[in-house]
Amino acid sequence: MTTPSAAPPPSIGPRTATASTPQPPISPSPSTTPPRAPGRLKAWATRAPLLPALVFLIAVTQLPFVATLVISLFDWNSLDPDERHFTGLSNYQHAAQDAALRESVLTTAVLTATVVLTTVVLGLLLALLLDRKFRGRGVVRTLLIAPFLVVPVAAALLWKHALYNPEYGLFNGALSWVAERFGDDTPPQPDWVSEMPLLAVEASLVWQWTPFMMLILLAGLQSRPLDMIEAARIDGAGNWQIFRYLTLPHLRRYLELGVLLGSVYIVQNFDAVFTITSGGLDTANLPYTIYQTFYQAHEYGQASAAGVLVVIGSIIIATFALRVVSSLFTEGASRS
Amino acid sequence: MTTTTAADASAAPAPRSWMARVRLRTGPQAKARRRGAALGLLAWLAGILFFLPVAWMVLTSLHSETDAATNPPSLGASLTWDGYREFFGTNGGASPWPPLINSLTASVCSTLLVLVLALPAAYALSLRPVRKWTDVLFFFLSTKMLPAVAGLLPVYLFAKNAGLLDNIWLLVILYTSMNLPIAVWMMQSFLADIPVAIIEAAQIDGAPLRTILARVVAPIAGPGIAATSLICFIFSWNEMLFARVLTGVRAQTAPVFLTSFITSQGLFLAKVCAASVVISLPVLAAGFAAQDKLVQGLSLGAVK
Repeated sequence: MTTPSAAPPPSIGPRTATASTPQPPISPSPSTTPPRAPGRLKAWATRAPLLPALVFLIAVTQLPFVATLVISLFDWNSLDPDERHFTGLSNYQHAAQDAALRESVLTTAVLTATVVLTTVVLGLLLALLLDRKFRGRGVVRTLLIAPFLVVPVAAALLWKHALYNPEYGLFNGALSWVAERFGDDTPPQPDWVSEMPLLAVEASLVWQWTPFMMLILLAGLQSRPLDMIEAARIDGAGNWQIFRYLTLPHLRRYLELGVLLGSVYIVQNFDAVFTITSGGLDTANLPYTIYQTFYQAHEYGQASAAGVLVVIGSIIIATFALRVVSSLFTEGASRS
Repeated sequence: MTTTTAADASAAPAPRSWMARVRLRTGPQAKARRRGAALGLLAWLAGILFFLPVAWMVLTSLHSETDAATNPPSLGASLTWDGYREFFGTNGGASPWPPLINSLTASVCSTLLVLVLALPAAYALSLRPVRKWTDVLFFFLSTKMLPAVAGLLPVYLFAKNAGLLDNIWLLVILYTSMNLPIAVWMMQSFLADIPVAIIEAAQIDGAPLRTILARVVAPIAGPGIAATSLICFIFSWNEMLFARVLTGVRAQTAPVFLTSFITSQGLFLAKVCAASVVISLPVLAAGFAAQDKLVQGLSLGAVK
């Protein structure tokens, strides 16, 4: 083990400079041609540790997308594979005219927007509650995180069978228990999943994802500059003013991050839709529809075209998401 | 919760003595104290409300099937291990061990593979930054944002032609690719916290790379690496879409096995709840263990 204090200060300079600000690529100008061969060798030596991960990721995640793109140009039903032939963009035409697919795009948008907005609002309220000091704060935090740690399929099954079930689910059980106390013999016993299918899926997802938003926003709240808040308080600012003009602007980035990560995860949700409604009753979202087209209808070409459309949609969302993460990231880099 | 304690510690001294002095008084301070107590109570209520379904799942899993399916609910019914006994197959039915072992294999092996691939990459991106390192980082992240379902068909066709359907190692590979971006981001942010001066000092003293990694980098980045592993484990353990499409009988994983409990006849609620508890237990344990690092992992290192 070496002693850290032995480091000569000048050597720290260049390294930290490259770490915080990526230098512009050195253009090979003819006037200053450095001895190239050893430099290139060294560059590869620093790059080498990156390569296994990069190659692996490109092979496993990018090649399938290329294949999807190719398959989407074929008329290909696995039930009669001999009929496979190139059809150009007709699968996209079919996808654009497919009412079910359009419906599922709308369902995905509604589902994602509802769940993300509700979880952000609830998560913010819970984070504000947890940011205060009170007895048992650690316990409450643990209780709140628990829903996020239940395996998603198990959570969906729990909601469908133990909570929503019209005969013996907890919701209707609680309704009849309350009704009994008031001497009512005919309590309302709604069939939650068939009467409000999309809401049923959304409620279970809100339950699972609110802790996630709360954790992100709590991290945001706890990174607030406390001295500034103290100063504002001494200057006579009220709680609401502090929240409105100090806390909320500080939280903006965290809210954006929560919204975008939540969107990325919930757009892809499959487990809840699959388990609670099996995609019936107008709750089929895009992942479920694609799964169905390919798994049950065996329409490979059409499923791929839908997949490509989903990818294009995600790229649009991801571009914004990456920009937000990038701003947080550069802020973090300049802070440290 | 390192951030809280640090913040509390710095903020605490001044208000505490101040608070102690005003505690004796009444008036607006007493009102504020009552409001604080009310908000604390509200937080407790919210916590209990969110935990209620989990508690209900555990309680139901300990009831007999008939007690589990009553309306209104029979809260005080006698407890029994029958649900668990049936889940573990002592009362006949499919054994849960093969799916549990499959899930464990897929999660542990993919997590190890992620570490093997992500550690050098994170090292290259943080401690000895290569040129355009942020671009590389964002490429990793962008792969996570494309919905996996769009690549499902080619993966299925490849597996079918290569004879890899119903093979747990296919899931290991897929879960590795699913978690690799998160792991690289997380570990990059953990490794970036290591002071460069320490490493340079070791280099100047002529320590070989192996020694630097083992004796300088590992002790500082250890907790971060552990948290990354736990999060990769959780995501692999939870995954269902790929497991459902690509496995059948032999390589079936626990989440897929869980859905097989739903039958159209007979009561199954207690058994399903018992199964859900057992299958969620590793994730709950891992999640509570990594509570503090969970946010950082899930936000890909952007939130510290």
